[in-house]
Amino acid sequence: MISFSPTEEQQMIVTMVKQFANDEMRKIYRECDESGEIPSRIIDTAWGLGLVSTSIPEEHGGLGGEHSAITGALIAEELAWGDLSMTMHILCPALVVYPVLEMGTEEQKKKYLPAFCGDKFKTATAALIEPRFGFDPYSLSTTATLKDGSYVLKGEKCYVPLAADADVLLVYAAEKGKSQGFIVEKGIKGLEIGEREKNMGIKALATYEVSLKGCNIPKENRLGGDKGCDFERIMDCSRVALSAMAVGVARAAYEYSRDYAKERVAFGEPIASRQAIAFMLAEMAIEVDASRLVNWEAAWKLDKKETATKEASLAKTYCDDMVLMVTDRAVQILGGHGYIREHPVELWLRNGRGFVTFDGMATV
Amino acid sequence: MIDFELTPEQKEAIAAAHKIAEEMLRPISRYYDEHEDESPKELIDKMWEGRREGGLMAGLDMAAALRTEEMFWGDAGLTLALPSPGLGGAAIFATGTPEQLQRFLGNYNEGGPKWGAMAMTETSCGSDTAAIQATAVLDGNEWVINGEKIFITSGKRAMEDSPGLVVVWATVDKSAGRAGMKSFVVPAGTPGAKVEKKEKKLGIRASDTVTIVFDNCRIPFENILGSPEVRKIDKTGTAGFKKAMATFDATRPFIAAQALGVGRAALDFVREALEKEGVKIRYGLPRNKLTALERDFMEMESNYKAAKLLTLRSFSLMSQMLPNSLEASMAKAKAGLAVTKITQKAVEIMGPLGYSRKLLLEKWMRDGKINDIFEGTGQINMLVVARRILDFSRDQLK
Repeated sequence: MISFSPTEEQQMIVTMVKQFANDEMRKIYRECDESGEIPSRIIDTAWGLGLVSTSIPEEHGGLGGEHSAITGALIAEELAWGDLSMTMHILCPALVVYPVLEMGTEEQKKKYLPAFCGDKFKTATAALIEPRFGFDPYSLSTTATLKDGSYVLKGEKCYVPLAADADVLLVYAAEKGKSQGFIVEKGIKGLEIGEREKNMGIKALATYEVSLKGCNIPKENRLGGDKGCDFERIMDCSRVALSAMAVGVARAAYEYSRDYAKERVAFGEPIASRQAIAFMLAEMAIEVDASRLVNWEAAWKLDKKETATKEASLAKTYCDDMVLMVTDRAVQILGGHGYIREHPVELWLRNGRGFVTFDGMATV
Repeated sequence: MIDFELTPEQKEAIAAAHKIAEEMLRPISRYYDEHEDESPKELIDKMWEGRREGGLMAGLDMAAALRTEEMFWGDAGLTLALPSPGLGGAAIFATGTPEQLQRFLGNYNEGGPKWGAMAMTETSCGSDTAAIQATAVLDGNEWVINGEKIFITSGKRAMEDSPGLVVVWATVDKSAGRAGMKSFVVPAGTPGAKVEKKEKKLGIRASDTVTIVFDNCRIPFENILGSPEVRKIDKTGTAGFKKAMATFDATRPFIAAQALGVGRAALDFVREALEKEGVKIRYGLPRNKLTALERDFMEMESNYKAAKLLTLRSFSLMSQMLPNSLEASMAKAKAGLAVTKITQKAVEIMGPLGYSRKLLLEKWMRDGKINDIFEGTGQINMLVVARRILDFSRDQLK
């Protein structure tokens, strides 16, 4: 039956994450953006909320909670409202945990999942994006070739979050023209982590170029073993996660500029009393809500284990456009103040611009 | 639990309405667009016969939204012309007493086809409904109504062609401003209520839109909807005006659902036409690999989805009897704009075929535009949304 109300359990999670975003992330996000560093304290606190580990089955050391894309979307929105860099850092291990949980072989689950059930943040990441114009996740330049019982990985990746600290990387490569995932462990020969990247936004998130110069990995490290993985579903989960984060960033910008417009007086009245400003805010409010609902529908399809490519990609393009429109207007509503780094809106605009680029950098 | 699954009953409601839309509306869609002075009598009679099954009494639940979308997918003008308590009925549902509901609509299903209408707009006021000039004066046990009302949907069918009714808005005390504004039920055949001009419109031509002149039109005291008492204006607004606005909370979601139907008609048509030409929309590709056509189509489609979900949300609240003013206006503003954009783009994409009256695309573009106008223009709805999100009064945001 059509309903727009989260379950009680989801509401409790949302309340908890909202509080963390407000009390912790919002206190330091600017400092983090300027310094490029996120204090490990906050990452460990976030990890302690169990946002990723809860859904690991008991037999692998977790709590055996339900793994739901809708819940994931709710969490991602609230976190991203706090700060996008921190959100992507906190949720980064999910890039290995969820694909292994959903598509991994029994051996892969047994080998990799227990490490993510501890109290301390365990770094893991995925490498999908490649540094070239016309990058397409469905025709990757990075290749995986089976040779003498092991896979040889060759290629260049970029925008790999936390690569320098990751114990495990899920590398996506083309095998006979099809995108597949390969589990690569830290320190393996031929795996080279490049310099930390410098980006327009998400400046507090450490991302790296990664080179795979003929990395030899065991055959059984192919995600899903002989069956391989459902790459389409991996992409759809990523689209839903990123869309939810886009909604969170946009909501932050909308709320901030709305409150500012009510306070800021020009010509004797708050600027929000003028339709030119009020209508911008109304459209921002409508589009934030609409985007959230469109994304929920895609998440709901994923939870039903149905193909959601159409819904997820429509949600993603819609949210990509929406977040840019909303964050840009937030800067516009603040005028000159919006351009100054004392206010957060310029940061949200820089972060918002990135969603069209962030393929595969988050998942639900 | 967040859920988008339709119930079996909702699926049935959609299927039944879609069958009517496809088999009864589409075949005569163009004819009644081009012959606006003729009435689709056969359709009206058939729909009236099946009124109990077909559910002409729309209800306010999710199934009503879905049914409305399907019927408007078939044809907007014809669906608006079908017998229904209409906006007058909605006003009685929203603001009448149980006794009034029984008296005015209790026998609705008996006898021949009937229509209901709402008379609010005047020549000098549209969206600014608080500026209404029509008057209602209490004379003994009767209200005497005077004034001229325009743009009344189904006004002719309600007042001339059937024993229907019109809900008319008038002030009982001009000095009281919005507080003096009340609504009254005027049954067909009441002396002094006369249908005059029938408008010629851009679209929804099968639906009649008329002027009604009230000239010393007398109705019983009991025909006033809500309290006759005039309260002085306080800063929270006033009861009379709020009743009118409460009616909009119920009707705006329907207008949004109507817009969805017309928008989806255009979307479905374009998708099928493209598929026939061997063009399939490739979802999931990176943006730089998509054609301009695919981008356009995906934008139309996601706008439709966004509008639809906002609309269903406003119905969901309404069916739970929860406040939905903000959500109703959000849905109406978004859906009106979405249908405008979708149908205009559809005409563009199909080129010479889109502009030709051989196909229905140009008609849908003309029909759909009404949804961005009636029951509050897109701009008025943006104003409602803006006031709500800012928590501003009418004086703080004009």
